[in-house]
Amino acid sequence: MIASDAVTTRHYCTAFATIVRKEISRFTRIWLQTVLPPAITMSLYFIIFGHLIGPRIGRMHGFEYMQYIAPGIIMMSVITNSYSNVVSSLFGAKFQRHIEEILVAPIPDILIVIGFVAGGVARGLIVGAVVTVVALCFTDIHISSFSITLSVVFLTATLFSLAGFINALTARKFDDISIVPTFILTPLTYLGGVFYSIDLLPHFWQQASRVNPIFYMVNAFRFGMLGVSDIKIGVAFSVICLMITALFTVCMVLMHRGVGLRS
Amino acid sequence: MNALELSGLTKIYANGRHALASIDLVVKEGEFFALLGPNGAGKSTIIGIITSLVTKTAGKVRIFGTDIDTDFARAKSYLGVVPQEFNFSQFESVWEITVNQGGFYGLSKTLAELRAEKYLTVLGLWEKRFDRSRTLSGGMKRRLMIARALLHQPRLLILDEPTAGVDIEVRRSMWDFLRDLNQEGTTVILTTHYLEEAELLCRHIAIIDGGQIIEDTSMKTLLGTLHAETFVLDLMTPLTRPPVHPAFTFRLLDPTTMEVQINKESALNQLFDYLSARDIRVMSMRNKANRLEELFVNRVQGNLEEKSA
Repeated sequence: MIASDAVTTRHYCTAFATIVRKEISRFTRIWLQTVLPPAITMSLYFIIFGHLIGPRIGRMHGFEYMQYIAPGIIMMSVITNSYSNVVSSLFGAKFQRHIEEILVAPIPDILIVIGFVAGGVARGLIVGAVVTVVALCFTDIHISSFSITLSVVFLTATLFSLAGFINALTARKFDDISIVPTFILTPLTYLGGVFYSIDLLPHFWQQASRVNPIFYMVNAFRFGMLGVSDIKIGVAFSVICLMITALFTVCMVLMHRGVGLRS
Repeated sequence: MNALELSGLTKIYANGRHALASIDLVVKEGEFFALLGPNGAGKSTIIGIITSLVTKTAGKVRIFGTDIDTDFARAKSYLGVVPQEFNFSQFESVWEITVNQGGFYGLSKTLAELRAEKYLTVLGLWEKRFDRSRTLSGGMKRRLMIARALLHQPRLLILDEPTAGVDIEVRRSMWDFLRDLNQEGTTVILTTHYLEEAELLCRHIAIIDGGQIIEDTSMKTLLGTLHAETFVLDLMTPLTRPPVHPAFTFRLLDPTTMEVQINKESALNQLFDYLSARDIRVMSMRNKANRLEELFVNRVQGNLEEKSA
């Protein structure tokens, strides 16, 4: 019993580990819905855009088209899966009210946020790894910088897990958790340079692309894998870190105010 | 020591509804405490504030002397809650739900598993431990919520209508379990609409109505204020007219069923002496209504009349 003792860091660590374990077991239990579909979808991208259309496009930044789009496709799967994991898990917990198990327990808000985000990051990384294996079936992948590649994928998964957390907190009905992915996330991802270099765009759209945060993540990841990018890697890291800081702050403010969780 | 202290607790919802109007309430350690009130009286709001699911507008909450605003972790660690509605994942097994609960309270996996085994066994859920929670019956789900709430062995257990919708057999076994738990030292706060349950289990009672505490006393004192009790007698031989007695008020419901109202000052022996003298033989006897139920209705109605006056 912990009632007679002060709640210590060890208790917090156990509570945090329990949230993460629960989150990971949630998406691994339903791997047919969470891990397999992105692998199939991304295989189709490689077949259609890489294998069928790619040879007609030719080389891009000195790489075969299939090689050029591979980082973007991997990143796209990381973004959508880390986001959807947190938004569906947290909103589901709100809807079924089992989020109360965590809210009633002596767990600080920050650990709840980080716990859910860790679950989203875990799914993003696992799906990213699966899609990388799929990509290897279609093309050779050389990693230019492991540290940049891993740090970009980790930070991107964190960023979109935080975004998913905010979406789930503010959502009141199931429609609300599909609006952001459908009308914001998907267009930004497709326009974020997954399938092309912004060099191909007119000047205005090149500048417009720079407002799209996903553009920085895709290019930073591509830099880590291929060593080429449309932007400076330092700028990309700065944008990603700033966005993580901003979203984390929003998460904490919403949690503190009890938005979507406490009446 | 006080297990729970509420002082000046106020809740005004965003829509302007005043749910709680500066409530003061004390629950002593070791108490089996009934918190009763009609629907919408404010019971669940109080529980929500104590458990941090509802934010308070004003006031203080102390659990075993610890203020929930200044040391929320310690205060929460003292607390176990069985909410009114099922609030566990429908896709997790009974085992996962209970063991995870231990984790949320900082128990090691080994200890959480030991406790889960103990409480699932005691509450008759051990055989169901690998079943998904959605496949359980209503009574089993209620027991699962109790097992889950006890995993960290809280000093204060709050039960919000724990026996709602369960059959009488399960309800009775839950009563026994809760009574034992209280005797072992756990302070219990119970809200229920089954007033015989509150009368049977609780030693102290508070009645809340319209966001205000309108009664806060021991069960014995409250029941002592009942001036008259009404019994229903099943007769062995039919009667055509009810008997007449200055101390008792008889009313014939049908030829073999008679209602009798007895004042607090009269003894039941007098009644039976009187009936025996008239050769009226009684087969069985029961309370017309639960004693607490009568008092509860009187208090709530009285409060309503006071407000409208």
